[in-house]
Amino acid sequence: MIKVNVRVSRFNPEEGNVKPHFEEFTVEADPTEKVLDLLHKIKWEQDGTLAFRRSCAHGICGSCAMKIDGRNMLACESLISNLKDPTRVTVEPLQSLPVLKDLVVDMDDFFKKYEIVKPYLINKTPPPTKERYQSVEDRELIDESTKCIQCAACTTSCPSNWKNPQFLGPAALLKSYRYCFDSRDEGMDERIRILDNGDGVWRCHTIFNCVEACPKDINITWHISELKKKLVSREY
Amino acid sequence: MIIKHDVVIVGAGLAGLRAALEASRYYDVAVVSKVFPTRSHSGAAQGGIAAAMGNVEEDHIDWHFFDTVKGSDYLADQNAAEVLVNDAIPAVYELEHMGVPFSRTPEGKINQRKFGGHTRNYGEAPVLRACFAADRTGHVLLHTLYDQCVKNNVRFYSEFFVTDILIKENIIRGLVAYDMIGGEFTTFHCKAMVFATGGYGRTYKITSNAHANTGDGLGILLRAGLPLEDMEFVQFHPTGLYRYGILLTEGARGEGAYLINNEGKRFMEKYAPKLMELAPRDMTSRSIQTEINEGFGINGEDYVYLDLRHLGEKKINERLPEITGFCRKIAGVDPVKEPIPIQPTAHYSMGGIPVTIDSEVLADGKSQKVEGFYAAGECACVSVHGANRLGTNSQLETVVFGRRAGKAIVEFLKENGTEKADLPEDQIKTSIDRVEGIKNNKGDEKVGVIRHELQETMMRKVGIFRDEQKLKEMLKKVRELEERAEHLQIDDKGMKFNTDLTEALELDNLLHFAEIIVSGALNRQESRGSQYRTDYPKRDDVNWLKHTLAFKKEGEFIFDYKPVVITKFQPKERKY
Ligand SMILES: Cc1cc2nc3c(=O)[nH]c(=O)nc-3n(C[C@H](O)[C@H](O)[C@H](O)COP(=O)(O)OP(=O)(O)OC[C@H]3O[C@@H](n4cnc5c(N)ncnc54)[C@H](O)[C@@H]3O)c2cc1C
Ligand code: FES
Repeated sequence: MIKVNVRVSRFNPEEGNVKPHFEEFTVEADPTEKVLDLLHKIKWEQDGTLAFRRSCAHGICGSCAMKIDGRNMLACESLISNLKDPTRVTVEPLQSLPVLKDLVVDMDDFFKKYEIVKPYLINKTPPPTKERYQSVEDRELIDESTKCIQCAACTTSCPSNWKNPQFLGPAALLKSYRYCFDSRDEGMDERIRILDNGDGVWRCHTIFNCVEACPKDINITWHISELKKKLVSREY
Repeated sequence: MIIKHDVVIVGAGLAGLRAALEASRYYDVAVVSKVFPTRSHSGAAQGGIAAAMGNVEEDHIDWHFFDTVKGSDYLADQNAAEVLVNDAIPAVYELEHMGVPFSRTPEGKINQRKFGGHTRNYGEAPVLRACFAADRTGHVLLHTLYDQCVKNNVRFYSEFFVTDILIKENIIRGLVAYDMIGGEFTTFHCKAMVFATGGYGRTYKITSNAHANTGDGLGILLRAGLPLEDMEFVQFHPTGLYRYGILLTEGARGEGAYLINNEGKRFMEKYAPKLMELAPRDMTSRSIQTEINEGFGINGEDYVYLDLRHLGEKKINERLPEITGFCRKIAGVDPVKEPIPIQPTAHYSMGGIPVTIDSEVLADGKSQKVEGFYAAGECACVSVHGANRLGTNSQLETVVFGRRAGKAIVEFLKENGTEKADLPEDQIKTSIDRVEGIKNNKGDEKVGVIRHELQETMMRKVGIFRDEQKLKEMLKKVRELEERAEHLQIDDKGMKFNTDLTEALELDNLLHFAEIIVSGALNRQESRGSQYRTDYPKRDDVNWLKHTLAFKKEGEFIFDYKPVVITKFQPKERKY
């Protein structure tokens, strides 16, 4: 067991004019525990008012992305022993989305962009009575993109997104790739206008912050580049 | 605030979303969920969804039917199990047409893998029946269904915590929810409602379930005077990551992984010589626990190994990337190089809200319906899983019976119109008063402490092996905890995103039904499926081939029973 000093960004809209500020807690923990465990210990043992999102506790639901020592990560997967200094850690909400309370951000804008890219299979040909065939290779093309858990770690780490909040951002573009490159999809025509403009793929300046932030190790920038190539080649 | 919709669906996991898709083709549908839809725990499902389509080798619907019934230890209602297996193949094709990225065979068909208890020719050997997408099948199903709902303009109310339903004269009228972001109470007024609130793994300390899986739907129904069925049947999955409980899919064993004890032996040959590691979950979990109890745990501790190493790096990375990822990240174990320490983990609830095969909620658990009220998915008990569910049959159940709920609602609304019955104002007030009461209560007890004691003692006393003494001790403990919960005090007195409050409400729900799990197990003096009584080690078809029903009336639990529907397969001794 070690003692960990946890600096948590606090903000409660019901407390009038108080701005976001840091509060410090000391928590006893085993180095094999996660940052989420630290937050739980604070909430359950010291201060029940601390607000954060979490559910699955093993990196699949996408609830718990936050800034840990300045980097976007999933709290449930961040081992204490892997911290820069396991005895101290700073936890803040994801950057660039409005804070609702403590570590909870308003995800409305993030999910609006998701809806804009038509995130569903478009195929107007009536389906066969069995499955639509898809080769192993065609399936492989979309494999990585289907790993996304919509945690928003990428989009909120993207400088292009900070500068231009209209930019669809890496998460929505990755989702777009997932359907545009699905061999069963016939919706490219409907998606061109959404992607091929200043708020679409061209706003991505291959800064790679998203790749670094992605807890599922998805090479998002590569996927966006493939979208760019597809648009330039007009092969769809 | 009052919000009106024709149909309100509580829960945005696979069952809720599938029902929403169906009903939204014709009617105005809202989905209310305490977490954002894609955060629902369906997304954690890994291994697959069963359908006897025979893409890789010969398979038959009837084999699937038999396996499901035998797996259930003959407690499944066979009319329901038959619907499940008959609908399975079209249901999976339909998911594929919606865009689910299933893994493929070399010819481009949906690929299939082996899973526990699924066999060829009525028990001969494991069969390739589980359709899968690597080891994130639930994740891709959930995201695809959500995407389809976006396409269909389904209205979502995310981070609305439902506290109570409004029901009067046996007619569903609406519900009360705490809008966490808006910071207020909201009443939903509707003509039809579906409950798809998922499981309650968080009753136990070691569980594969998310923090959100607190069985709220069940607590809510009990408060409304409605019954629950077969709650004593709790599935322990054989392979939870040691100490964490996080699931390592049975798909790993389907791909050929071994279970190994401290002598390096594949101990399943003692317990299920034919199916080995692919025996059904109840047996495999008992076998692991027996090994541990008899001193064959690794280093004498409470775990054995799941060994993937012989599968080779390529197959592990291609078929099991998710579990490999979190073993490395969370436990620091690399499955390519080391065996993984595992222990059985509380996983799935076979019991739940009694419903018809059209997902209609039964007010008496037997025949009397609640007008306009439906339930589907893990919170419901239809009952296709009886005393033990087979892996991959649950995701199947969510889509098959979610869809049936949606269809039944469309029929119901076509016949009855969408004019809503009046809201019972007194019930709205009672519900809000209850929540305010919990929020403003003054006392010296903490949510975290009571919940921890509940989970820890349930694990020890109502786990894989049960007996009268342990169950009686637990009954006393639950009652003590319920009393102590009267003296809870929470810190957060605000209304905005108050998770201190929602955790207290979840605990209230857990305590509401925990007593039924324990009493049901105590009453049932036999061993069947997941319920194993060391003091009654045999199945007793003469006295116990029946479903348990439990009600809460004026603070007291009342138990009743109903017969099992047997159509084709007569109960036989269960050997694998
Ligand atoms: C780790 C894991 C792996 C699994 N793998 C498989 C597998 O490979 N194959 C298989 O067939 N089955 C598997 N299962 C089982 C299966 O995934 C689940 O039984 C199924 O997905 C449950 O779906 P559901 O829609 O009923 O509930 P869930 O997906 O749990 O959804 C419940 C919903 O209800 C909502 N809700 C709950 N309470 C409230 C409330 N008070 N107010 C508002 N909303 C509320 C939640 O927000 C959520 O949206 C697995 C289960 C687990 C835990
Ligand atoms: S809690 Fe689900 S991703 Fe962290």
